[in-house]
Amino acid sequence: MSLFDVFNVAGSAMSAQAQRLNTTASNLANADSTTSSTGQPYRAKQVVFSAVPVAGSQASGVKVLGVVEDTSPPRMVYDPKNPVADDKGYVAMPNVNVVEEMVNMISASRSYQTNVETMNAAKTMLLKTLTIGQ
Amino acid sequence: MIGKLDDYLRFQETALSLRAQRQQLLASNIANADTPNYKARDINFSSALQNALTPAGQASSEMAKTAAAHLSAPGTTSPGGAPLLYRSVQQGSVDGNTVDMDTERNQFADNAIRYEASLTMISGQIKSLLAAIQG
Repeated sequence: MSLFDVFNVAGSAMSAQAQRLNTTASNLANADSTTSSTGQPYRAKQVVFSAVPVAGSQASGVKVLGVVEDTSPPRMVYDPKNPVADDKGYVAMPNVNVVEEMVNMISASRSYQTNVETMNAAKTMLLKTLTIGQ
Repeated sequence: MIGKLDDYLRFQETALSLRAQRQQLLASNIANADTPNYKARDINFSSALQNALTPAGQASSEMAKTAAAHLSAPGTTSPGGAPLLYRSVQQGSVDGNTVDMDTERNQFADNAIRYEASLTMISGQIKSLLAAIQG
């Protein structure tokens, strides 16, 4: 029954978008974390989406292939009083671009909303189908 | 008698199942709106319906296999026999994704309404059958 597959498709997209939102939250929260358990500044993380076919139909859901780290160099800020500053007085700040992250956040939350609506529409259609002949 | 009943309801039933399949395709387009290199897909509803209603026309869009070594291409045709098409690009995007959210949402709502219209019609057919039986 193809309408039930809409739930799988929209559900997979919702969990993928939720993971993207989670990553964005982590990036924004750590925008000023100059050190971590490895001693290095925090690096921005991004999710990679990929389309996966749903078994027995032509539709495809979404899967998070993995989380990749942004390889761009850290932002150097002059702050000699900071305990993690190097001998020239510069502190390596995380390479998080706050503006990009905000855009990512809005995009993820809008996509999530759209998929919720898709799921609701499929639910209405299924419930209406159950009333055939009544 | 049963065959006549079957014929009576077949058109709306085929239309409903094709609408449900199309709804699924549109849902996967919406779901993959942020997936790099995803290409939006759809079916031509009227040709799919015509194909599905033609007896023995179920596999007409598949290429004929004239030798044993020829491969079949799974996933290129829908069960109704209509080919799965790619939507033409409205505004290209840098990541190779061709989903246009406005088009998809529009088609999704349109398809849902038409599905419900088919449901109303098949309910009406059943009601008139019942009226004929019960007098």
